[in-house]
Amino acid sequence: MLRLHQALERNTGLLIFGILVVSSIGGLVQVLPSIVDDSLSTPSANVVPHTPLELVGRDVYIRESCSTCHSQQVRPLLAEVKRYGQYAGSGEFAYERPFLWGSKRTGPDLLRVGGKYTDAWHRVHMTDPRAVVPASIMPAYPWLAELPADDGTVVARLNALRKLGHPYSDADIEGAPATLSGKTELDGVIAYLQSLGKFAPQESAPDAHGGH
Amino acid sequence: MSARIPIDTPAHPPTYQDRVVTAFTAAAVFWAIVGMAAGVYVAAELVWPNLSFEQPWLSFGRLRTVHTNVVLFGFGVSALIGTSFYSVQRTSHTPLFAPRLSWFVFIAWQLTIVLGGWSLLAGWNGGKEYAELEWPFDIAITVVWLCYAVVFFGTIAKRKIAPIYISNWFYGALIIVIAMLHIVNNLAMPATLGKAYSLYPGAQDAIVQWWYGHNAVGFLLTGGFLGMLYYFLPKQAEQPIWSYRLSIVAFWAFVYSYIWAGPHHLHYNAIPEWVQSLAVVMSLILLAPSWATMINGVMTVANAWQKLRTDPALKFIVLALAFYGLATFEGPMMAIRSVNVMSHFTEWTIGHVHSGALGWNALITFGTFYYLVPRLAGRPLASVRLANAHFWLALAGTMLYILSMWAAGVSQSLLWLTLDEHGEVKYSFVEVMRAIAPYYLLRLLGGVLFLTGAVLMAYNLLKTFEGVRTVAARVPAVDAAPQVA
Repeated sequence: MLRLHQALERNTGLLIFGILVVSSIGGLVQVLPSIVDDSLSTPSANVVPHTPLELVGRDVYIRESCSTCHSQQVRPLLAEVKRYGQYAGSGEFAYERPFLWGSKRTGPDLLRVGGKYTDAWHRVHMTDPRAVVPASIMPAYPWLAELPADDGTVVARLNALRKLGHPYSDADIEGAPATLSGKTELDGVIAYLQSLGKFAPQESAPDAHGGH
Repeated sequence: MSARIPIDTPAHPPTYQDRVVTAFTAAAVFWAIVGMAAGVYVAAELVWPNLSFEQPWLSFGRLRTVHTNVVLFGFGVSALIGTSFYSVQRTSHTPLFAPRLSWFVFIAWQLTIVLGGWSLLAGWNGGKEYAELEWPFDIAITVVWLCYAVVFFGTIAKRKIAPIYISNWFYGALIIVIAMLHIVNNLAMPATLGKAYSLYPGAQDAIVQWWYGHNAVGFLLTGGFLGMLYYFLPKQAEQPIWSYRLSIVAFWAFVYSYIWAGPHHLHYNAIPEWVQSLAVVMSLILLAPSWATMINGVMTVANAWQKLRTDPALKFIVLALAFYGLATFEGPMMAIRSVNVMSHFTEWTIGHVHSGALGWNALITFGTFYYLVPRLAGRPLASVRLANAHFWLALAGTMLYILSMWAAGVSQSLLWLTLDEHGEVKYSFVEVMRAIAPYYLLRLLGGVLFLTGAVLMAYNLLKTFEGVRTVAARVPAVDAAPQVA
């Protein structure tokens, strides 16, 4: 044992190799099986990819780092399900790249926020949060209403996602710019927020992951 | 007897490449102040949200991302590369391998931080925490990192001493494992120059991300800075490492077990339970190598306690060791699922991160710089009193920060999870926000104190360096090198 270590600490190549092997074991046993585990990337029955407008909104959500303060992950705890709704299942995230579960709730969880507020409420809230929630500490996002939803890259974005396996048809992609015409980034964000929650697993559906 | 001519005693013995070390040190101090100032600003925004002035680049989401990236990759990595270049030469008794490449690493890395920081302000964001920089920057980082590896391992390969000193293993593990994590986690399909989509969907993306995220903490903020500890603590204490054998055991246990712990960031999330459970067990095991290193460090100073009365550099390093012990105990506790139910998604996490980032990473770097800069400048520190003032500001700032965030985090989780007599949630989200608002103000105060200390340090180090051109440190003759059996 001591001799083995003398070899390691006297040979640069061997030390590099040793570190590489020892540090890889955990990833190979724990992460690799998860990446090849199809059950984690198979969409649940009711899950479909985002519409172009929702995708634009989701990308704005990423651009503004909304997930720094808002999680999208309801845990299977009684108080949490009472507050936010049905807990999360892995199948509803099959078209989420990157995942936006978050690690911090400076603001509330948004996984099931769709339909809880009207579009008009969201419009005011995004432009001037304290007009509707006086105690809110969220920044105002007035520029979203001034920027067009289509910045000319939506086709490239949909194509990239299709290459990754999101089932967009040619017609979906070609027609995307038309569906965005006249819309703003704010419309996109609202469409995205209103879509959150519609993929909630049915209470009765068997769910292999996250359930207790 | 025909004398064997020693290979390495030319008329002018080679000197160490220390100017690049000076450059990295200056950059690290600069980024510390920029990154911490951004942190103070976003902390203030949580108290006075209108401080974003409706400007996109000043809004919390974008500026907080700049804060984390600048302190991690601007301050932290510049400090690590600089100190590793300093110590690898001295523990190998040879100047840097490929010195021009070391300057390329310096310039390219600083350029990446400047342009990357600007891209984050402009809204280029990959969306994965601590890996937000978009794909062109990911490629740039990979290239610079490989060049860093060539300089570092090249220097070790041409060393004049048979054993590779322990600090170099930790720096080496930093280089190798961060390369692996960075490349695997950032694999993505580019759509435009500023936008790419992760190769992994949903739950799998989450597992890969926290394998990266946790081990970036592990091998950069823990492993890399342990490399710093193993060189600069014995140097400043003028004591050998207490147990070399313990350091060997702790090193391999650390490299093996850290990697497994990532999914403890995803407890009760939509990932398989076996992955979570494995992460709990390995997180608890991780306590052993973490504390073995702490004990090794504390015992190394055990014969030099009297120095703590007068030596500000050693004070910083020893206090850092204490916070290291605290954070590496708290981490495994928070990885237990029943504790994690309380801590996850709350300010407790922020407190935990900062007990490590401020208490351990920043303090050990400050202590190291108070050791390093007088040596690079060839003259004593400009003001020991100012360094002592910095010490107390840093300690007060860190304590105020983590105590307020602990209090805020525990309040949040208790209030969030409380049900009333009808089985409904008792407190609305806004009521909980009101309950923790005072702690945000205390945290801001803690941040301001800490930043003030860092500004004092920058001034002090600048004064120390004022008017100094270069100091050449000679490489010692080989036969003076101690041979460890």
